[in-house]
Amino acid sequence: MTLEDSGFRLPRRRLLAPLGRIPDPVFAWLILLPALIGLSTFSIVPMAIGIWNSLQGARSGEPMGLGQYQAMIGDPIFSTALVNNLLFSVVTVPISLALAMLMAVLVNRRFHGRALARLAFFTPAMLPVVGAASIWLFMYQPDFGVINSLLETLGLARQNLLGQPSTVLPALMVVMVWKEAGFFMLLYLAALQSIPGELNEAAVLEGAGGWYRFRRITFPLLMPTTLFALIIAVANSFKHVDFLFVMTQGGPANASTLLLYHIWDTAFIQFRPGYAAAVSTFLVTILVILAVVQIRLLDRRIHYR
Amino acid sequence: MSARFWMNRTTDALGVLRTWLLAGIWIAPLAYVLWASFREPSVALSLDITRGWTFDNLVTVWNAAPFGRYYINTAILVLGLAATQIVIGTLAAYAFARFEFPGRELLFLFVLIQLMIFPEILLLENFRIVSALGLYNTIPGIGIVSAASAFAIFLIRQAFRSVPKELVEAAEVEGASRLGILWRVYIPVTRSSIAAFALISISSHWNSFLWPLIITRSPEARPVTVGIARYLAPDTGLSITALSAGTVIVVGPLLIFFLIFQKRFMQSFVRSEIV
Repeated sequence: MTLEDSGFRLPRRRLLAPLGRIPDPVFAWLILLPALIGLSTFSIVPMAIGIWNSLQGARSGEPMGLGQYQAMIGDPIFSTALVNNLLFSVVTVPISLALAMLMAVLVNRRFHGRALARLAFFTPAMLPVVGAASIWLFMYQPDFGVINSLLETLGLARQNLLGQPSTVLPALMVVMVWKEAGFFMLLYLAALQSIPGELNEAAVLEGAGGWYRFRRITFPLLMPTTLFALIIAVANSFKHVDFLFVMTQGGPANASTLLLYHIWDTAFIQFRPGYAAAVSTFLVTILVILAVVQIRLLDRRIHYR
Repeated sequence: MSARFWMNRTTDALGVLRTWLLAGIWIAPLAYVLWASFREPSVALSLDITRGWTFDNLVTVWNAAPFGRYYINTAILVLGLAATQIVIGTLAAYAFARFEFPGRELLFLFVLIQLMIFPEILLLENFRIVSALGLYNTIPGIGIVSAASAFAIFLIRQAFRSVPKELVEAAEVEGASRLGILWRVYIPVTRSSIAAFALISISSHWNSFLWPLIITRSPEARPVTVGIARYLAPDTGLSITALSAGTVIVVGPLLIFFLIFQKRFMQSFVRSEIV
């Protein structure tokens, strides 16, 4: 009798029997293996490669060093990208979160069409960034775009909002806020529903007004969610650059470029791998710092040990 | 009493009105583009509903590129990837949730840090690794970098921790193997969390753009987001037709999918909290 034959005839349990004799720790490592291989190969290894490449000299034959980083800091486009990224975070994150909180408070009450209102707020968050970008390209278009018609109605001149260095960033920020707020609304909504109703009832009995109740009860109780959403939103502002490819290509004259777009541009268009690796390493460092902050927050919220 | 009652009623009504207004403004851009896509270009922007309806815009754009192929690619990518992520993630989550082993805390920290660093942002390095594996310009090449998802591991592990100990012990008494317990106890109990992850995974990878743009070259492997980008902003200038119909093509299927499963979707996103 061949091994194959016996294998086919034996019941499955017997076939897997040797597995049962493996001690628990070894078994745990075995089933972790695919995940560890995947995570290492496409995150840790490329990160290490990136750091290594970023330390190579700018020209061949040059010794290893921080030359690429010096080039990066001296590069005005890098500065623009970094400043733009920071502006994006500083402006869009608070607006997104404030709007999200307002939306959540509004749709947390009972009224006709509540489900529809929630849907209206959340749907943009579901769209591909490319889709959101095309929608706003349509809205901003100088000849037939609605935004320009509105400007004209208000007595202002038509303008190419995406084509001017002074207006392109605010125009893109609107898209970002529109796309992101709905998602954070959901987070706030979940948090609101966990606030005990008695708190508000007691405040109403004491004669507290709506705004007062929001300021003294709702807002403080939403603080943990706000902190959490803050980290996600800041990270998103570094990661989501897809709309640049459709809307501005980083232009006009690099006025709307962002770090990840700059990495793409230097790596795949200008073919400067060492330089791109330096900017990558810089961006990854920012995200790792955000991750560490996030983990500390998570740690407080849920015990992961 | 009655004065106060009426005042409250009025404030409530105003609040509802305000909500409706904001919701209307919020959905207007999307609704407007969808509307324009089914209108003849000459009347696309007018609100006259009696004439000017057409499918020509969609047909024109649809025929301009192999969108059928792009859709199939996207579908293969998101379904295959969600399934792979769930298998790999479930196994890893099971290890973290049920067993004690040396290095567990450290490994879990390693997973947590990966929540922030998406492989997609290590553009050039992963481009080289995936190309070296011979997967350049293939659908598996797009998916492989995300096959092991820290997010899946984290989410499923959280769910696994809520599995009642009594169920596990009962299965042990019956002599079930470790994989048997995973399959017959853990997975059935946490089905809804796993489904929630699947929805999030499908929607986020349907939307992915930059990584597929880099790692694919030809229509055989490109997903619809990459395929459409060229038609949205061509060098020849923007047209109402290309923009509006292009938007419908790229957002349409996912939007319909979302509207059908909206409740589940929203619950899933809330549960995830840490996308």
